[in-house]
Amino acid sequence: MDTYVQVDPTQQLDAYKAVKKIPLEEFFTSGHRTCQGCESALVMKMMAKAAGPRTIVLGSTGCMYVANTTYYSTSWVLPWMHTQLGSSGSAALGAAAAFKALMRKGKMKKEPINVIAFCGDGGGADMGVGAISATLTHPDYNCLILMYDNESYANTDIQLSGSTPWGANTTFSTPGKVRRIMHRRWKKNMAGMMAAGHPTCRYVATVCMSYGLAAMNSIRKALAIGGPTFIHSLDPCPKGWDYDPYLSHELGELAVNTGVWPLYEVEDGVLKLTGRTQQIAAKKVPRQPVRDYLLKQGRFAHFTNDDIDYFQSKVDEMWEKWLIPGVIPFRAEVESDAPPSS
Amino acid sequence: MAVATVIEEQKKRTEETALITGSEAIAVACKLADVDVITAYPIRPYDTVMQYVCKLVANGEMDCEYICAEGEHSQFEIVKHASACGARVFCGSSGVGWMYAMEALTVTPALRIPMIAMVGNRALDDPGAFGVEHNDALAVRDLGWQLVWVDTAQEALDTALIAYRVAEDRRVFLPLAISCDGAFLTHSQALVKIPTQKKVNEFLPPYNRGDLLLHPDNPITVAPQGNEDWVMEIRRQNYAAMERSYQVVKEAYADFERIFGRSYGNPFFEEYMTEDADIVLVGMGTLSIPVKVAIRQMRKEGKRVGFVRMRWFRPFAAEELSKSLQRFSAIGVIDRDYSFGSPYLGGVLAGEVRHALYPGNGKKPPVVGFICGLGGREVTVPNVEQMANAVYNAADGKAQPLTQWIGLRE
Repeated sequence: MDTYVQVDPTQQLDAYKAVKKIPLEEFFTSGHRTCQGCESALVMKMMAKAAGPRTIVLGSTGCMYVANTTYYSTSWVLPWMHTQLGSSGSAALGAAAAFKALMRKGKMKKEPINVIAFCGDGGGADMGVGAISATLTHPDYNCLILMYDNESYANTDIQLSGSTPWGANTTFSTPGKVRRIMHRRWKKNMAGMMAAGHPTCRYVATVCMSYGLAAMNSIRKALAIGGPTFIHSLDPCPKGWDYDPYLSHELGELAVNTGVWPLYEVEDGVLKLTGRTQQIAAKKVPRQPVRDYLLKQGRFAHFTNDDIDYFQSKVDEMWEKWLIPGVIPFRAEVESDAPPSS
Repeated sequence: MAVATVIEEQKKRTEETALITGSEAIAVACKLADVDVITAYPIRPYDTVMQYVCKLVANGEMDCEYICAEGEHSQFEIVKHASACGARVFCGSSGVGWMYAMEALTVTPALRIPMIAMVGNRALDDPGAFGVEHNDALAVRDLGWQLVWVDTAQEALDTALIAYRVAEDRRVFLPLAISCDGAFLTHSQALVKIPTQKKVNEFLPPYNRGDLLLHPDNPITVAPQGNEDWVMEIRRQNYAAMERSYQVVKEAYADFERIFGRSYGNPFFEEYMTEDADIVLVGMGTLSIPVKVAIRQMRKEGKRVGFVRMRWFRPFAAEELSKSLQRFSAIGVIDRDYSFGSPYLGGVLAGEVRHALYPGNGKKPPVVGFICGLGGREVTVPNVEQMANAVYNAADGKAQPLTQWIGLRE
């Protein structure tokens, strides 16, 4: 493998052993205009902190562009550049390629520079999935693509994306008198798809900032391992999910504890369930009913008991019928799949 | 083992001559310019340039990151970001491929990225056609791209070197597209003088992004939300950059002549047999070849026809062009493009030429527009004679349509 992959050295970014070991210095600070309780802003803050000062960040259009970089009041201490909605993969590749070429040719001082491109679920799971996929096939370029998933186009007025959960009320899937469930697509399995589809990508992980230390360590591992990597973060969104902002942290925990959002990492092809997900899989803690998660969010307020049961049955399926629980949706045999009539 | 070859390893000191195509000439220019990041995606006819780049890289003649993208949008976004990080970049496309990249093409000049692209001009779908039309490159004419049309492989190579010099000048920092007519130039071989590396180094300074470099040593925020507060002032900066580009182009051609000993005269347009001409034809690209042949024939019949070949479409040398064109009793503008529903239903170039002539009290000779050679159809000598006759009719004040389709099967 050494002969065929010409990957440059990366920074040494060891895992933080405990919360107290996390540095105080901030690289994403004041100046942004995100909503109260915005978990994606927390992802930006922790991502920048985990990566450290020798980093450039490329940000796709979305909440974390529009709200964070008002001219003259940027919240970025790190060098930051806007990239187009579907271009997080291309941005990461271009910046990494430039550094590689310039350093090899002696046009720039040699040093490992972290390249992070982020995108929302609209920019990543919808429009930019092709470019992200392409970048993950280029083993020579050190870069991380982080998809912060607040499960809708939250910046443009909460429209559904390919990453919006089944049945959710968005401005493009508003329940009506005749049709209650306007969004009848199951959430795209982005991290699983990236891990399964890109055998030379050395690291894919799912994270949630309710488990901040683990998430930061995932980011550090993704940057240090070499080559292109992908992290998918689930970010509760008070505006899009319709809940009181003080519940953000709790909703992230509920997403994990109900099994809706499995935490795992795939490192060099080896899958490891992490955190609470690992405990659920090992049956050390019970999986909470999804009802506890759904009923805290206004976007599911129109759900009937049947809808909740259907949602539960699909989550159960992830855990009980998928060959690799919660990760890859292959089953031993196809069974009937009948959603309740809407 | 079969090893790809492009040109023989050239001797370091003397200028060599090679038989190469227009695409190959631009690939050689990329090598001489020591480009750092190149992105490729297949579409005919521009893709030949990337095939040559690939060979140069494989043979170790060129040191760059050569990336095959998964679509034109990514192709242009990758080099856009590479350029922001200080890399000299090259990419290109044709026809609908260029249009697929349109979002990236829009933001590149807005970001003041000096990207050099080759457009192998191709008709837009549908219906499918591999042949030349100029509508692909012209689609970005309002966005801050510098646009230049070349008509020989030598001019392609030289213009690519000039392009890097102009685009990467801090006074400009705007992308530049070099248009090469599909097939007629991209795939046609000609003898080309390959400049020495030493002279290229003398002509072309390294790309220096200065305080706009995206690097941890220079933690800037690039392209924030400007909104109504600042967008207008930022647009005005782009306007000023394009305005300055005009002077930078002139300087680059003067330096080119001094260093390489090859002159292009007026950088913005080439004049052919205009000194004593009664009427003049204006056009862009390789249709210059049949036009020049036809002019020589017509001169034997006593028709004094001249030709102006537009090289630079953006910036557009309006004052110089109108001053030149006012010498003639009538003007015919040949468009290898269309602009449906535009004033007088003419082509893009015809509209620009009329626009250039309008201001001031100067003479305003009648302008006839011609649309021909679409989809790669050949522009023939009889076609050119037909156009010249129509321009003579305009000079005589005879009534006729202001836009005429030439070589059309009725």
